[in-house]
Amino acid sequence: MSINYRGYEPVIGIEVHVQLKTKTKIFCSDATNFNAGDNENTSPISVGMPGTLPVINKKAIEYAIKTGLALDCKIQKKSVFSRKNYFYPDLPKGYQISQYDLPICENGNIKFFVDGVEKQVSITRAHLEEDAGKSIHTGEFTFLNYNRAGIPLLEIVSGPDIRSAREAAEYGRTIRQIVRYLDVCDGNLEEGSLRCDCNVSVRKVGAEKLGTKVELKNINSFRFVEKAIDYEIDRQIDQLESGKTISQETRLYDPDKNRTFTMRTKENAEDYRYFPDPDLLPLVLSADDIERIRKTLPELPIKKTERFQKSLGLSKQDADMLTSEKELAEFFELTGQSCGNYKASANWVMVELLRELNNEKIEIKDSPITATHLAQLISLIDGGKISGKIAKTVFAEMWKSKNSPQSIIEKQGLGQVSDAGALEKVIESVLSENPSQVAEYRSGKTKVFGFFVGAVMKASKGQANPDMVNGILKKKLDQG
Amino acid sequence: MIDQKTIEHIAKLAKLKINPSETEEYGRQLSKVLNHFEQIAKIDTTGIEPLVTPTDIDFFAREDLVANDYTAEQMVSNAPEKAGQLFKVPPVV
Amino acid sequence: MDLLKASFVEVADAVKSKKISAVEVTQFFLSRIEKLNPQLNAFITVSEKAIADAQEVDLKISKSDCIGPLAGIPFGIKDMLCTKGLRTTAGSKMLENFIPPYDATVVARLKSAGAIILGKLNQDEFAMGSSNETSYFGNCLNPWNTEYVPGGSSGGSAAAQAARMVMGTIGTDTGGSIRQPSSFCGIVGIKPTYGRVSRYGIVAFASSLDQAGPMVTSVQDAALTLESICGHDSMDSTTSQKAVPSFSKNLNSNIKGMKIGLLKEYSLGKIHPDVEQTYQKALEQLKLLGAEFVEISVGLTEFAVPMYYLISASEASSNLARYDGVKYGFRAQFNDLSSMTLDDFYAETRGQGFGTEVKRRIMLGTHCLSSGYYDAYYNKAGQVRRMLRDQYAQAFEQCDAIISPVTTSAAFKIKERSSDPLTMYMNDIFTTSANLAGLAGMSVPFGFSSLGLPIGIHLVGSHFDEQKILNIGAALESVSGTREKTPHVY
Repeated sequence: MSINYRGYEPVIGIEVHVQLKTKTKIFCSDATNFNAGDNENTSPISVGMPGTLPVINKKAIEYAIKTGLALDCKIQKKSVFSRKNYFYPDLPKGYQISQYDLPICENGNIKFFVDGVEKQVSITRAHLEEDAGKSIHTGEFTFLNYNRAGIPLLEIVSGPDIRSAREAAEYGRTIRQIVRYLDVCDGNLEEGSLRCDCNVSVRKVGAEKLGTKVELKNINSFRFVEKAIDYEIDRQIDQLESGKTISQETRLYDPDKNRTFTMRTKENAEDYRYFPDPDLLPLVLSADDIERIRKTLPELPIKKTERFQKSLGLSKQDADMLTSEKELAEFFELTGQSCGNYKASANWVMVELLRELNNEKIEIKDSPITATHLAQLISLIDGGKISGKIAKTVFAEMWKSKNSPQSIIEKQGLGQVSDAGALEKVIESVLSENPSQVAEYRSGKTKVFGFFVGAVMKASKGQANPDMVNGILKKKLDQG
Repeated sequence: MIDQKTIEHIAKLAKLKINPSETEEYGRQLSKVLNHFEQIAKIDTTGIEPLVTPTDIDFFAREDLVANDYTAEQMVSNAPEKAGQLFKVPPVV
Repeated sequence: MDLLKASFVEVADAVKSKKISAVEVTQFFLSRIEKLNPQLNAFITVSEKAIADAQEVDLKISKSDCIGPLAGIPFGIKDMLCTKGLRTTAGSKMLENFIPPYDATVVARLKSAGAIILGKLNQDEFAMGSSNETSYFGNCLNPWNTEYVPGGSSGGSAAAQAARMVMGTIGTDTGGSIRQPSSFCGIVGIKPTYGRVSRYGIVAFASSLDQAGPMVTSVQDAALTLESICGHDSMDSTTSQKAVPSFSKNLNSNIKGMKIGLLKEYSLGKIHPDVEQTYQKALEQLKLLGAEFVEISVGLTEFAVPMYYLISASEASSNLARYDGVKYGFRAQFNDLSSMTLDDFYAETRGQGFGTEVKRRIMLGTHCLSSGYYDAYYNKAGQVRRMLRDQYAQAFEQCDAIISPVTTSAAFKIKERSSDPLTMYMNDIFTTSANLAGLAGMSVPFGFSSLGLPIGIHLVGSHFDEQKILNIGAALESVSGTREKTPHVY
């Protein structure tokens, strides 16, 4: 998709830091829960005390492989942890353990849609590393909490394939959706469990040489990713158009002012003195290890969307919405399977259920209405047991009481009246109460038929089977 | 030969304050040691993977199980300066 | 029972059968420390809990609770190994007041085998040195002659052991730091194969070279201690999962038919005649005991010292980055912390907290890892290291163990060599190769110099084959006659 940026083409690459949802840190057995007290989730290892050593967490490896496979990466049989040496108070050992020249995942790619157009972005690599601690700045001093130090991160690095701010945001959303599908990360940008750094440069359309890139850091929503990049593209083009050059630097985005500003320049670039960490042996995997994990991969969103369209007959838009979260897709599919009516299931889930869930900020997994119950409700409608209108009343009651639709209908007497004898009685009394309309109808003004239907439904409190009402009414009136 | 500027650069990277006489001394000694290393530079090592761990040891990974062996208080007890259970350093913004 | 002469097995048996209590043994050695330490400066810290720990061992024995093979044996621990609740300094101002909340695995294993920790032993700062002169806590002295160095870096361990201030000690060895001081002080010291002993809780100097091991009086004590501390540790993923043999039970001084490799490159060191003589005598004796000799060549030995310095300094520059005045240890005094820049905060703290030798190595290592130099130095050294290891592997196809002197000379005088780091470096020619190649190495006392200073013989075994060098060591020990002599300070 080409967007005209005043004759320039933006070139964007993104690094996403995914905090893996392990119970313990990547190199030690400290807990990883967010709500711990100051330095409560630390140990001599995570505080970098003398003589302590890292030992890799199996689960972190498994999650990295899982993610790599989902991103269509080649999983390396041998990867190596290196030390990235620099001094900063949030880095307890004076180095960060990170995979450098031999990462665990390489050469993948993902596909997604931007405004209906398919986009493919290559994944250069994904590597395991440890998170740093948290600094608390008061101005006068800085305080350190190492609860976060050592939480496993998978850094996913895209190729410089992204060409617009929209694409960048959509790329980020897709990565988030995938890691949530895999259940390896909760994908919360605000809490920092997913972090996006965007490398942005611009060049004249048709130019081959890449422009100087600027890194945008710590953007905490995909909406802001889009805005920050749009701002940055404009800023860089303005610079170039006014004859200035772009300086290589790291910038931050201020959402209140919708602008980016310099965080640090890269003039005195750090020398990280990477070397293989002698405390950790190379991470060696067998083909079996990898295959075993491949088998645990869930159906990924893009495949699910396709299948929902092709096999279940959903529109692209509906399929996209229903596959946005794995749990939602599973809820929908279970509903459809149980009642056999996928279209109705899709509608009920997207319209009624999502509305209630959103209103009350409840996640689908905590929905008071189960897929089985929703499927029963749809079957009751399809079987003519209740009308669509009554169904909405039943749905509301299901939401409140968590009861099955059948029991609600029985308890409240909401079942559809399909008993011909009963209906005839109601219809006869409606006809006898409205002699002038009966006369009108019989004189040829058949338009009043609708009036009778309404009156009968009203008299039956909406429970009359509308098809039967139509038939009996017509017969009675025409007989007259 | 390692000149003064290089020594100052290394000291900066290593975050070591060294005085002018140390700068001079280290420059001399480092040059000597590195000159000594020059004989190694002549060895043909084409295609040889650098060795880190010298013995054959099987890869080992641990289970994802929480251990709760230490209190925050223990972890900050050796700190030169602290505030509550946080470590305290100069302002770094 | 003569506690100064008794073996671990004898004392542990006596303690277990209540002929003597662990408390009595502990008190005996604590009083020796009190008497001798002012003369030798071997201990940096003496444990105030030692008697209580001994009481606990006695209590366990009285309740017939399971107690290990080192029941009641008092140990001194090099100050590189963290001891829970007991100050651990690494011989540095940087850790002058550091009290670890954890035990090194080696210490934990000694304790669970029933050993009593009496205190922490002097050493070169962060184990960087071979004379104990770089210790922040002052020079430890050689008990055979206090004008001489005890060697290093585990000089405190060697001196304390030689003067029997304890029954056993633990040292660490990165380029010879167990074997050289063992040789200088006339005790048995073994550096196990890399990966045999857990490094968890041992202050890291050079992670791919460091190993801890026993420094004791006899080969049998060494075997018993070694098997108590060896084996896989889930806290150190560089420990081997190989089973640990019972070195002490398998100990066999019959070496008939064993093939001992004579290093062709041995003449590279400028060997002092006293050392040469002792070495030749050892060869004669081994021959009489039925050993066969094969000449082997490990050509790259020639480059071992510069390779060692480069690799160890590079790893050290990273390992010592954690000493930054933030979490523990020394922090420079600042009038107004809030007005400090981070760079000055670090540079002042590290500049004042580390001694000259440590800073020199950090500088060297930082340079060798830095951009533009990595390939020429660290990477190159790693490649040659592999070649060296492979040469050793070939040599071990022809022999069971390799023999050489430990060092080129006996102990030297204090301040005699410290001004010239490179001369000092060259003393390590025989020992450093074993660390680079990950091999097991051992020093066995075999004679004395014309000045009456001990001289040791160096035995190197192939990977995970400590048993063979222990056996050859036992054979040498049986004919050395060195145990009859005691040091001047005793």
